[in-house]
Amino acid sequence: MTTLVATMTGSARELIAFRIGDQEFCVDIMSVREIRGWTPATPMPHTPRYMLGVINLRGAVLPIIDLAARLGMKPAEPTVRHVIIVAQSGQTIVGLLVEAVSDILSVTNDNIQPTPDVSSDFERTFARGVLAIEKRMICLIELDAVFPHTESEAA
Amino acid sequence: MDMNEIKEIFFQECEEQLAELESGLLRLNDGDRDPETVNAVFRAVHSIKGGAGAFGLDDLVSFAHVFETTLDCVRSNKLEPTQEVLKVMLKSADVLADLTNCARDGGSVDEARSKQLIRELEALAHGTPLPGASEAPAAKPAPAKAAPAKPAAPAPVAAAPNDQGFVPVAFSFDDFGDEAEAEPAPMPTFEISFKPNADLYRKGNEATLLLRDLSRLGEMSILCDMDSLPPLEAMNPEDAYFFWKISLRTDKGEDAIRSVFEFAEWDCELEVAELAEGEQSVAVDGEAPMQAVPFDLSILDDEQEHPLGVVEEEEQIAAGEREAAANALETASNVLNLASAAAKAAEAKQAPASAANAASAQQAAAAGQTIRVDLDRVDRLINLVGELVINQAMLSQSVIENDTNGTSSINMGLEELQQLTREIQDSVMAIRAQPVKPVFQRMARTVREIADITGKSVRLITEGENTEVDKTVIDKLAEPLTHMIRNAVDHGLEMPEKRVALGKNPEGTVRLTAKHRSGRIIIELADDGAGINRERVRQKAIDNDLIAADANLSDEEIDNLIFHAGFSTAEKVSDLSGRGVGMDVVKRSIQALGGRINISSKPGQGSVFTMSLPLTLAVLDGMVVTVASQTLVVPLTAIVETLQPDAASIHSFGATQRLISIRNSFCPLVDVGRILNFRATQANPVEGVALLVESEGGGQRALMVDAIQGQRQVVIKSLEANYTHVPGIAAATILGDGRVALILDVDAVVAASRGQPLKLESALAAVG
Repeated sequence: MTTLVATMTGSARELIAFRIGDQEFCVDIMSVREIRGWTPATPMPHTPRYMLGVINLRGAVLPIIDLAARLGMKPAEPTVRHVIIVAQSGQTIVGLLVEAVSDILSVTNDNIQPTPDVSSDFERTFARGVLAIEKRMICLIELDAVFPHTESEAA
Repeated sequence: MDMNEIKEIFFQECEEQLAELESGLLRLNDGDRDPETVNAVFRAVHSIKGGAGAFGLDDLVSFAHVFETTLDCVRSNKLEPTQEVLKVMLKSADVLADLTNCARDGGSVDEARSKQLIRELEALAHGTPLPGASEAPAAKPAPAKAAPAKPAAPAPVAAAPNDQGFVPVAFSFDDFGDEAEAEPAPMPTFEISFKPNADLYRKGNEATLLLRDLSRLGEMSILCDMDSLPPLEAMNPEDAYFFWKISLRTDKGEDAIRSVFEFAEWDCELEVAELAEGEQSVAVDGEAPMQAVPFDLSILDDEQEHPLGVVEEEEQIAAGEREAAANALETASNVLNLASAAAKAAEAKQAPASAANAASAQQAAAAGQTIRVDLDRVDRLINLVGELVINQAMLSQSVIENDTNGTSSINMGLEELQQLTREIQDSVMAIRAQPVKPVFQRMARTVREIADITGKSVRLITEGENTEVDKTVIDKLAEPLTHMIRNAVDHGLEMPEKRVALGKNPEGTVRLTAKHRSGRIIIELADDGAGINRERVRQKAIDNDLIAADANLSDEEIDNLIFHAGFSTAEKVSDLSGRGVGMDVVKRSIQALGGRINISSKPGQGSVFTMSLPLTLAVLDGMVVTVASQTLVVPLTAIVETLQPDAASIHSFGATQRLISIRNSFCPLVDVGRILNFRATQANPVEGVALLVESEGGGQRALMVDAIQGQRQVVIKSLEANYTHVPGIAAATILGDGRVALILDVDAVVAASRGQPLKLESALAAVG
């Protein structure tokens, strides 16, 4: 939470916006290491549905998360047009499968509105706020919550 | 470099010294009477003491001191290094090691033991039988070796006698230096005052060359008098301002000295005077305007002009100062070198520092063959090379796929690249490779301790200590090996009386051997004890419900029963072994290293344990298989055999189980694809291949896979780095096509087939 407070009070920040289905989401650009095309992943046994498997990222074994499934939406059917956002949180690096990267947003914290008070688990767990940009609504995702290691269900 | 770093270096060197000490003592124990061995042992203790003093590690200093004193008696032939004496000394070496570890990591040592040993050592030094606790000598005389305390001695030693009745004696680090200086026969010392005029330079003479010629006559120290050097603005570049005072120790005589200046005599003021013995030379007089500084003669040499001269000179130095050199050699690697060199310089010894410097430079060249490197750096390099290998394989594959004519020069280049990457990989792996010697040496201590406790007399013979293996393997080898050695001595060897009755040497032999064989390291532990009592093992196994009472087992199968959990045949449980956790733990840790262990035993003649371990843990020999269109790697060490089942050998057993009959015994069939949830229904075994594996519990299982792709060495990649542990999977690797393949955790899969669900906690036993 302390990091959240720190970033909330900071001034301008850049976010990467991407699309899953008909919704738009974004993450802080500082946690994104690279964006690459979809390559078939090696599935792993006994993993949650959203774990697509692992791919070879220049010699490192990179787990791939289907962000749609992770956020409780319909699981993606990866095609060559899908992209993987390679994101880092702490020492852990994972790939997030999304449909397409749409935008790079330059916003200040004033643009970020608190998550509307709804009763769904999803918002409470993953959303850190919403942005209104050109009549679109973009949801800011908390990466740490998405990462598998913080989840007991990952087992 | 801060104090902690220096201290760390000291401890690292302590380890080396302790190893040196122990191997020296063991050589003495084997009857080696070479004075150099005694000296090496003495030096090791002395160096530890010296360093410990510098860091104020008083416990270490006081123990090392007593040890050193006793060793000095051996060195000066006052004490015969008999087996009894050496036994005490070996124990003392153990205590010294404990004290060193203690000083580094904290913790405490067995004080009673160290005090007892101090008394024993003192008794030996005094040539008296063991004294009672009360009559420990109150104060020891300064040992013959210890130099009188000097103000410059950098060893702060507490003066108060401690409770061991021992008065620490201040000592100086240049003990060795003193000894060296006393060695050469006294040579006359000349004092030369050399004051060139400006004309000397105008006539083409050069003071440097004259001084160099002079230095060839003997040991020289030079003092340059710069008093008449004017300020820069007043200086005439063509004038002479420097004068030299030279102290030269030579047996060549005054004429030889004068002849050096033969052509310059008229253009300088030259005074040559022989000093009486003991008279202080001006050049090193404390009142001289300048300190004599270590003077490296080599800078005076013009190698291109006088290549022979250089060699001669170095030889001369080497010969004249062999003793000093030897001591410099010994201390050069020691952190104390700095202190001792400083002390020497400050005291401006007669022994020319230049020679010592040259000697230590030579030594540095010799010792420069090893460097200390942070392990992380090596690991990083290994990782990078692993990636290089994968990358190279991917590149080759894509070239082969896209290359239509197949004869292009790219292919040849790629082959060379492949060879180079292999070589790089091997060389990098070799960096991590270390000789097994340190572990073997630790075993020597284990044997001593157990022999002591059990009252058996044991001789440990080690062979192939220089066999190299990856450091991680070495680190993990010590524990199982200790267990096995304990077992061998405690259970394997008979009591001396019994051995005599059997016509054996009362002293039992334990032989520890290491060697390389086909890309693996083979470690053998053989004892000449009773061997495995098969009747008792069998009975015990029946009692513990490990086997059926009427089971028909081969000798080999009975022998291998001892690797079962909860199996111990020792008639009484001792402190050492016999809690029944021994051999199964050994087997598990060996397997965790990707190794195998076997036992063969002959009743009455002893047992041989053979371990086969991979040379490294970074790569693994695996069988690449296909399961439900996924590629998996099965560690080769787990696979006993592979077979193509036919329909007749498959038998249904109950609702879901199937067994395969292999040479008339039935083995459960495990569908890997089903266990890993890669497919919903069991595959038809006849269409696949069965891998007969042996798992942790010792039970065999036939793992069903769809096809075998081949056998390959793979680089192990951790899944945990970016994800958590995946049940049933030990690690991942990257194949030649760039895709990730998972490495099967055979033990977890077998356990799952027994009905234990795959859990997060399941150990990474297959790969470690």
